Amino acid sequence: MTEAALVPKSAEGGDSALVVLDGVNKWFGDLHVLQNINLTISRGEVAVVIGPSGGGKSTFCRTINRLEPIDQGEIRLDGKPLPAEGKGLARLRADVGMVFQAFNLFAHKTVLQNVTLGPIKVRGKREQDASERAQQLLDRVGVADQAHKYPAQLSGGQQQRVAIARALAMEPKVMLFDEPTSALDPEMIKEVLDVMVDLAKGGMTMVVVTHEMGFARTAANRVLFMADGQIVEEATPNEFFTNPKSDRAKDFLGKILKH
Amino acid sequence: MSTLAEMWPFLRAGFTNTLVLLALSLVLSTILGTVLASMRVSPVLPLRAFGTSYVNIFRNTPLVVMFILIVEGFPPVDIRPNIEAIGLNTFETLAVFALTIYTAAFVCEALRSGVNTVDPGQAEAARAVGMTFTQTLSVIVLPQAFRAVIPPLASVYIALTKNTSVAAAFGVVEATAQLSRMNEQTVAGTGVLFFGIAAGYVVIVWVISGIAAFLERQVATAR
Ligand SMILES: Nc1ncnc2c1ncn2[C@@H]1O[C@H](COP(=O)(O)OP(=O)(O)OP(=O)(O)O)[C@@H](O)[C@H]1O
Ligand SMILES: [Mg+2]
Repeated sequence: MTEAALVPKSAEGGDSALVVLDGVNKWFGDLHVLQNINLTISRGEVAVVIGPSGGGKSTFCRTINRLEPIDQGEIRLDGKPLPAEGKGLARLRADVGMVFQAFNLFAHKTVLQNVTLGPIKVRGKREQDASERAQQLLDRVGVADQAHKYPAQLSGGQQQRVAIARALAMEPKVMLFDEPTSALDPEMIKEVLDVMVDLAKGGMTMVVVTHEMGFARTAANRVLFMADGQIVEEATPNEFFTNPKSDRAKDFLGKILKH
Repeated sequence: MSTLAEMWPFLRAGFTNTLVLLALSLVLSTILGTVLASMRVSPVLPLRAFGTSYVNIFRNTPLVVMFILIVEGFPPVDIRPNIEAIGLNTFETLAVFALTIYTAAFVCEALRSGVNTVDPGQAEAARAVGMTFTQTLSVIVLPQAFRAVIPPLASVYIALTKNTSVAAAFGVVEATAQLSRMNEQTVAGTGVLFFGIAAGYVVIVWVISGIAAFLERQVATAR
């Protein structure tokens, strides 16, 4: 038996690595939005991405399910490189939940249908099973009584919780959140963050772009500070907020803590 | 009024042909136009390029030229014997081809303008859930585009209705062709005839507009 056979399956320090970005570069025209990003996100880890506007946080998040293609490098999910296009890519995306700033619930479908559509169309589940599961999830995020309404009839906070349920219905390996609370009124932010904290405690692997420091402190294992297309600093939330190393981070924290 | 009564059989035969031409080319151009519109919004570059070229070529070709090319046998392979072999009326079939190929370009553009009214976030969310391109389009985008598509699509179908008269010049005996024939055969007032023909078209257009208005109301209440 060779030595290689004894080493765990993936080269990234065993089975714990779920999302791996390896030398990722991306340009929008002349703009180098992602500059040589190397990062490993472990199973069950909650990583918060924070940083100034235009730093590339959304782009970074969207490359993980290839809503944005990359120009160089490789992204692996659960040991497998992301497929380029077609059915393989669709299958991969089914395993990656995504929650958008603008909720993006399907406007012509009821809340229940929003949650069952993926399992039925993509996973091939029976309608009955999908509906039962959807009801449980809607109950879990606290909107069970809204199941038969259309998204436009719900508050922003309720819509975002439905969007989380929709993503969970696919039983994703990892969930991506791109500023999930920044389109919400202050009184609705907490109800969404509570759901996210619950998820984090339940062991979900999460990548969360947010400026909610409360969430970062209670739920995150790691803060990634991103600016000008680079991950400038990585630290535990406590380290990062109390003792940022880089000038860029100090400057940024100074600005958001002032008001 | 006796003249109109005398002419009724001519008119009826003509309008039956008009309706058959209209129905066939409407259904076929809608199918072809939907396929073309899917190509135009597809992520696959060659398909997009094909869809765009198709629209640019056929939307800018006068219908009469289309008829000359197709009905007068421009195609390098003469398909007319084949059409007769399967028992179809040659002129009518070729007229349906010409109308379909031409109208599909307009259907495509009406659908595409409707697709563009749908928030891109909808398609993005569908893709993020793992839907394929076809599912995203058919389950999420097109149903939401439908509402915005009804008025331009109704215009396309109304134009098609009037365009069926071009077939007259190429031997299909539809309503307008009957008018020229009757003029040769009778000394009756052409005014009455014109009125009869015009009224026929008005009825068809009125039905199309009515259906469009009805659908718009349906879609408006369904959310
Ligand atoms: N589709 C695109 N085409 C061209 N440039 C883009 C595109 N999307 C984003 N950009 C640019 O890339 C840079 C990074 O954008 P990104 O949205 O990733 O930043 P962000 O960190 O999420 O910012 P914010 O906090 O404002 O959401 C910005 O300068 C933006 O203008
Ligand atoms: Mg952003």
